[in-house]
Amino acid sequence: MSTINLAVNGQSVSGEVEPRALLVEFLREQLRLTGTHVGCDTSQCGACVVMVDGKSVKSCTTLAVMADGCDVTTIEGLADGADLHPMQQAFMDNHGLQCGFCTPGMVMSGLDIVNRHGNDLDAATVRRELNGNICRCTGYQNIVKAIRAGAKAMGG
Amino acid sequence: MQENGIGASVRRKEDQRFLLGKGRYTDDINVAGQTHAVFVRSPHAHAVIEGIDAEAAGAAPGVVAVLTGEDLAADGIGPLICGVTVTSDDGQPHRAPAHPALALGKVNYVGDHVAVVIAETLAQARDAAELVEVNYRPLPAVASTAGAAGEGQQQIHEEAPNNICFNWPFGDKAANDEAFAGAHKVSSIELVNNRMVTNPMEPRAALGEYNSGTEEITLHMTTQNPHVHRLVLAAFNQLAPEHKLRVVGPDVGGGFGAKIFVYAEELVVGWACRKVNRPVKWTADRTEAFLSDAHGRDHVARAEMALDENGKFLAMRVYTTANLGAYLSTFATMVPSYLYAFLFAGQYATPLIYSEVKAVFTNTAPVDASRGAGRPEATYLLERLVDVCAADMGLDPAEIRRRNFIPKDAFPYQTPVVQCYDSGDYEAALDKAMELADYGGFGARAAAAKNRGKLRGIGFSSYVEACGIAPSAAVGQLGGGVGLWESAQVRFNPTGNVQVFTGTHSHGQGHETTFAQLVCDQLGVPFENIEVIHGDTARTQFGMGTYGSRSLAVGGVAIAKACDKLIAKGKKIAAHAMEAAEGDIEFAGGNYTVAGTDKSMNIAEVAFNAYVPHSYPEGVEPGFDENAFFDPMNFSFPAGTHICEVEVDPATGEVEIVDYTAVDDFGKLVNPMIVEGQVHGGIVHGIGQALLEGCHYDADGQLVTASYMDYAMPRADNAPDFKVDYAPTDPPHNPLGVKGCGEAGAIGAPPAVINAIANAIGAKHVEMPATPETVWRACQAEARSA
Repeated sequence: MSTINLAVNGQSVSGEVEPRALLVEFLREQLRLTGTHVGCDTSQCGACVVMVDGKSVKSCTTLAVMADGCDVTTIEGLADGADLHPMQQAFMDNHGLQCGFCTPGMVMSGLDIVNRHGNDLDAATVRRELNGNICRCTGYQNIVKAIRAGAKAMGG
Repeated sequence: MQENGIGASVRRKEDQRFLLGKGRYTDDINVAGQTHAVFVRSPHAHAVIEGIDAEAAGAAPGVVAVLTGEDLAADGIGPLICGVTVTSDDGQPHRAPAHPALALGKVNYVGDHVAVVIAETLAQARDAAELVEVNYRPLPAVASTAGAAGEGQQQIHEEAPNNICFNWPFGDKAANDEAFAGAHKVSSIELVNNRMVTNPMEPRAALGEYNSGTEEITLHMTTQNPHVHRLVLAAFNQLAPEHKLRVVGPDVGGGFGAKIFVYAEELVVGWACRKVNRPVKWTADRTEAFLSDAHGRDHVARAEMALDENGKFLAMRVYTTANLGAYLSTFATMVPSYLYAFLFAGQYATPLIYSEVKAVFTNTAPVDASRGAGRPEATYLLERLVDVCAADMGLDPAEIRRRNFIPKDAFPYQTPVVQCYDSGDYEAALDKAMELADYGGFGARAAAAKNRGKLRGIGFSSYVEACGIAPSAAVGQLGGGVGLWESAQVRFNPTGNVQVFTGTHSHGQGHETTFAQLVCDQLGVPFENIEVIHGDTARTQFGMGTYGSRSLAVGGVAIAKACDKLIAKGKKIAAHAMEAAEGDIEFAGGNYTVAGTDKSMNIAEVAFNAYVPHSYPEGVEPGFDENAFFDPMNFSFPAGTHICEVEVDPATGEVEIVDYTAVDDFGKLVNPMIVEGQVHGGIVHGIGQALLEGCHYDADGQLVTASYMDYAMPRADNAPDFKVDYAPTDPPHNPLGVKGCGEAGAIGAPPAVINAIANAIGAKHVEMPATPETVWRACQAEARSA
């Protein structure tokens, strides 16, 4: 077992993990942060995307020990109480989710797209950048719309 | 109309919890003392089990139990069942080989369940599962749909000679043959409907808990129909008596049919938690989902149309081989029979239709309903054939459709294949779609594409779908083992808020919102004061669940009927309180008024009176809580025309969907935002089938597409923005005037896409999935023949 110390959603946490434990297992099973989901185990679907030190990472293919000393943000860390983050709000306003399972990963990837491409996003960029996230419900159109609207709202 | 009532694109009640990461899916639930289950699965497609040595696994760290099929049988747990009987051409019911949840001496597909290991941690269970030694004697495998019933094939089940489950002829063959003999022209097509894996994003999962004090089993699981699961597990698998079994489907992360069925894993988890007297949890990984979720489609078919000199359809005949996999899944037999052949009329007034379906067993995962279930297969076949007819007759594809449409004044329309369509205006949808798609401008766009080295094509798909299967008596006549009504309970609390309990469920369709809109509209209660509850056999009365686009068309009406009862009861209470005759009380906008006066009482006050009946009408029961059941008189028949426009790069075979128009008839829309979302999702599901998704077993029965690295799911850059509009008609038998909308896109899209590709490259047919390689080869073949 290894001891890891990290910040999750602004809180310092530590835990004992097996070397083979995945970051998503640590988040879901030890911290009970079940908003981050596992959809495929092969880093294809993106339901498990979290932010590690400001960059989007697939937590199903990251070892928990690799997050030692890092700053991790999950879907639970975005809102201010019940007040949604602008990106979350944009998903609601644009019907960017149906079953909700891929949604946390979509929102985190949306934030990462904003970080890298700014607040004025065209649809083609968002569609291309979402290549690592799969949704079976929405047909993507409203997710693309939501991320563009969320990006704009984040820019003020 | 209330502000948040019928017709308003209200933001969804579900979204706040999902967006906060506060959804509660099955795998999110953990309980004290929980153990973890891992299944030992067959690596062979077909093999005899000569022995299982579980000693090393049983002695591994943390292992609680290793259980096999013999343990299951010894406890009297019954095999998995198929709930719909199809009568074969020999007059006998379809062949139904035993389907043990854990193998008994033989495995019949890769992923088949051999044993279950239960351990303190998931990692320990996985490690120990590796230690279970199974001695297999491999047998030759049957993996091909077309060849399964061929001469000399390996036999899979003794009960099913030649691997045939049923041969099901339907229609008047002699009359059909006569029409073909006298036809001006006969058009034909042979095609494959590619096997798909349904792939909801949330893998299946189950958590079983046994209370030895009450002898109750609580099974949290990924289910679209908790009561149906409970019924089958109790009545056929003897898991527990129905009243001692609680099935809970919490938030469900997509289903599309895959979570309807009673699978081995959920049954075994429910049994094992009592056996080891500890909670047992199992969650599939994605490869397990590919191996063991019921798959969809997988037909090989030949279809012919007899035409007169004007391009009118005289008769149609279809010969289909349908792969049902290694065992029969819960509703497997119904999909390539009643849900398939009964749709062959489509939107057309074809007077004669004859069909033969041969359903076969293979050494592959069981095949069952998947978004559309039989109807996408029928629609693809018919709409591809219609395009071949158009080409053979030298007619525009829109024109041949128009000539053959059932006219709008012909409804109700009795088709030659059982279904009696209740309403439709197919030409209206076609006209609107052609206008939105700018069909007139297509020639110029194709010419411009040609200058860029691209082949541009346009494809039509005019579909009918039959959903909200009903009435129950008809389901029974067809050999179904269930009724397909729906139930609802609408309960006012004394403080005036409302809880709506529905027997349907949701796996993403937003029923908590849509159903609240219905109640808001009818009872005039503020939207935010209404909560919809579903998915728990301990909270809701018996219901049939969500599938076949039935939840609103059937379940919504049950809710409306319960509201009617509340309104009627409230009239008595309000009349008493306002000292008026009951006949003088009117109800509108949430208020009971005495006609011709300004006396008024809100329904919330009436509800309070009903719970605190100090001054109350004689003979009226206290309480303000009503339930209702609704068994529809007919199916629901959504319809529409989809038009797809593609550009093909002949050098690479790559297909880009450049424009897509959908004009659908879903009757009245309760929440247009949600309906449009369903249309988008369905279309992309259909585009996935048309361009990307193909589930492949090799000749030895190994599944070679068992992860998202090998099975291509549609992604955000595989589709454009869609043009979505509606051409509604009013379905006379549905009291709310609504039709189903959840599957239409997946039904309409595949032929629209393939018709567009065939049009672009000038080919008669291109098989799905139309990958760049397939399309490139088709382009090369066309270039050679030109």
